[in-house]
Amino acid sequence: MKKMKVAILGSGNIGTDLLVKAKRSPFLDCRLFIGRHLASPGINKANSLGVRISDLGIDAIAKNPDCCDLVFDATSAMDHMRHWSVLNELDKTVIDMTPSRVGEMCIPAINLASCVNYKDVNMVTCGGQASIPLAHVIGQIQEEVDYIEVVSSISARSAGPATRLNIDEFVETTETGIKAFSGCRRTKAILILNPAQPCVDMQTTVFAKVNNPELEKLKPAIDIMVRRIQNYVPGYQLIVPPVLENNRIVIMVKVQGLGDYLPRYAGNLDIINCAAIAMAEEYARENRVT
Amino acid sequence: MSKILISDPTLRDGNHAIHHQMNAHQIEVYAFAANAASIPIVEVGHGNGLGASSLQVGESLLDDERMLKIARENLTHSKLGIHVMPGFATINKDLKMALDIGVDVFRVAAHCTEADITQRHISYVRDRGKEVYGVLMMSHMASRDVLVEEAQKMESYGAEGVIIMDSAGAYLPVDVTERIGELTKRLNIPIGFHAHNNLGMAIANSVAAADAGATILDGTSRGFGAGAGNAQLEVLVAVLEKMGYSTGIDLYKMLDAAETAENEVLKDIPRIKTISIVSGLAGVFSGFAKHVERISGEYKVDPRDVFFELGRRKIVAGQEDMIIEVAMKLAAEGRMDK
Repeated sequence: MKKMKVAILGSGNIGTDLLVKAKRSPFLDCRLFIGRHLASPGINKANSLGVRISDLGIDAIAKNPDCCDLVFDATSAMDHMRHWSVLNELDKTVIDMTPSRVGEMCIPAINLASCVNYKDVNMVTCGGQASIPLAHVIGQIQEEVDYIEVVSSISARSAGPATRLNIDEFVETTETGIKAFSGCRRTKAILILNPAQPCVDMQTTVFAKVNNPELEKLKPAIDIMVRRIQNYVPGYQLIVPPVLENNRIVIMVKVQGLGDYLPRYAGNLDIINCAAIAMAEEYARENRVT
Repeated sequence: MSKILISDPTLRDGNHAIHHQMNAHQIEVYAFAANAASIPIVEVGHGNGLGASSLQVGESLLDDERMLKIARENLTHSKLGIHVMPGFATINKDLKMALDIGVDVFRVAAHCTEADITQRHISYVRDRGKEVYGVLMMSHMASRDVLVEEAQKMESYGAEGVIIMDSAGAYLPVDVTERIGELTKRLNIPIGFHAHNNLGMAIANSVAAADAGATILDGTSRGFGAGAGNAQLEVLVAVLEKMGYSTGIDLYKMLDAAETAENEVLKDIPRIKTISIVSGLAGVFSGFAKHVERISGEYKVDPRDVFFELGRRKIVAGQEDMIIEVAMKLAAEGRMDK
């Protein structure tokens, strides 16, 4: 099968890690890696991998639309709004890595197949990728889900400038995703940056308040979901299976990365990027793009 | 006479001590008394500030809007302040509401090494003409020079002052002198200090901060606050006056406000319990005390072991979920409470 031509817009932590993963994919061919400064670490990395680079931002694609069929937008939520209108004009398929809430929300373990029908999919947030599948299971098993809360802690080292600037969007986009995929009445998302050295692995906790906690039904369903996620995020581990503590259901997961661009502690980078690669490969397989 | 600006978070930090169950009457009577005493800033809200009511930290009895409205009605002279942590609260969901209610003073807080997450929130408030400060929490976890760098970031975002919090009550006066001295030398905006009393140093550390050039100090009536409590405000005001600093607070009415707090607001007068000493030594957020006590009991492990393990992992404020994991791990290792 012919590989699908892709471009990566944004040369920060997310974009550079995506590049390493795209290079490894049997379905994807990264034709262009775009940043804003030729001296940035991400651009250097791309250069060392022999990938074509540009410092022109979105113009790099506008000027050379044939370079790719699919674009990963790894810039920021504010920039994505503008990028999407340009890329839509050019009829590109877009996988949005920012918490912009513009495109169809994609959580591969839940809705991969249906997302190929959209030209712009949004990968929600790293915390969303880790927690929404668990919230979805709670929504399916429990009859009345009053409230779901998710707390992600990530190593400060793994949070680049755009992530930090977009902290409000992280919170609100994760909340939108939790609500949409679980059907809970109320929700809250919290993000903590932990600067400890050596760096801490990404961890996410899901709390739920439900009418009649059914832990025995929940446990096997969570196990199945965890295995499904592990198919595309190998470092996803359940560290606290569903327990009842102080009248709240508590589930905790840890995500270790593949160590592609940042070291293994940066599970936050890994989970959203693995999800995006899974989505891009699904597009390639569906052969939506000619 | 040097002036010290006092900010009183009795109705905010105190919420940690009562599982965030502060009720309307408590806010009303204390805000009224604090206003009568001319306490310059009265901070109100959930223990972790705006938007922090959660299963993670504890759900508030009253929502933020209700708490702030009650306080607003009773503060004619004192300014109404809030604490807010990006990552918990957002501009859209929380800051806009606080601005609408008429909050006067916004204190935007981050873990001591993560000041850049406060940029948008500080600028947003500043652009709307309100008084805004940066807050560096758990400051014992950063070196003097890192604190200076982080405080300078907040200054560049538009903060009108930076408050250094000893959230774990881990400092000795010599640590405070070193850090506050350097900060006041290298920043062009006022520096503040917020003490906790885990090691019995809250007043001594506040005095050290003032002597090193801090011009903003936090304290609460009877020390009402997380863990072993804060600097006891009525004592702090008296000590500052004795040292020749002026606070603008009416001492008799301050003492009356503290009585009101004891009679109407506090459940227990803060004491330095075993768990708070350990929290101070381990350098773990004071607000974890109630959670560690409960969860240690449930998993039958020694709360002291839990605190030291949390300290070893360098857990920061807002990471209460880790207590469960640590307690389960200690239980699994057979380190049961004797």
